[in-house]
Amino acid sequence: MTASVGFGFMAACTLVSAIFVVRSKNLIRAALWLGATLLLTAALYAMLDASFLAGVQVLLYVGGISTLLIFGVMMTRKHEGLVVEAETVNVPRGVFAAGALFGGVAAAIKMTPELDSGVRPPVVTANDLGRGLLIDHVLAFEVVSLLLLVAIIGAVVIARKRDPGAEVPGFVRRPLAAKASSAKPVANEVSP
Amino acid sequence: MTLSHCLLLASALFAVGVYGILTRRQIVAVLLSIELMANAANLVFVSFSRFRPSMSGSGAQGQIFALFSLALTVAEVAVGLAIVILVYRAHGDTRIDLASEMKS
Repeated sequence: MTASVGFGFMAACTLVSAIFVVRSKNLIRAALWLGATLLLTAALYAMLDASFLAGVQVLLYVGGISTLLIFGVMMTRKHEGLVVEAETVNVPRGVFAAGALFGGVAAAIKMTPELDSGVRPPVVTANDLGRGLLIDHVLAFEVVSLLLLVAIIGAVVIARKRDPGAEVPGFVRRPLAAKASSAKPVANEVSP
Repeated sequence: MTLSHCLLLASALFAVGVYGILTRRQIVAVLLSIELMANAANLVFVSFSRFRPSMSGSGAQGQIFALFSLALTVAEVAVGLAIVILVYRAHGDTRIDLASEMKS
């Protein structure tokens, strides 16, 4: 009984903070509300006996991704100050699509009563997770590490500055014709 | 706390993310909504691994899949933020309709 009351409370808190993420006028506040949502989801994981995943969620999502997203918000704003405007358009369309999706999925869940029957499996420990990752699914594990490497390098390559005026100071690229002719204009170019 | 309660919560979170994607105009806000949806999908994996016995193996497949999906989300956020910074540098703004032309 207390477990279900606790679950209902946590679910309500998670849902409310998720709605704040998509409704908040200030983009930084929206990012902070996302952090709250992810933290509450970590608590739900702990209630679902997935304590290792709860820890990973706090470390990776709340500590990593929220910080990264707040950096993203702060690096791409036009105005000074703490308020980053986030406009909302097409609210009726969004409400209709989200309501239709939720209604459809909820009806499907309600029409499947055998979801709640059956025996509960034993609790998965971190030991099981480690064995599963490094014995049964070791190929997928390595592929994921490769994918992370490629994604991080790709992100650096995409976001790198490509300003031709911001090359190494003091270095002037000589035109090919000047190199073939006399050395005097080249010397003028090198020492501006 | 049963499996259907968890699934209902996860689908509600996913629907909130869909609403955010459809109504926000900043690319970073759309990324936040995508994070919400990925989080909801992870919640489904974890709750199924708690309430339903697995077909084979040690029964940890649901949580292992959730771990993989966490790593994929991290990669997606890194590349997405790089693209946001590129759009900002090219146009001086991060409205999502500007992303149709990213070459500066």
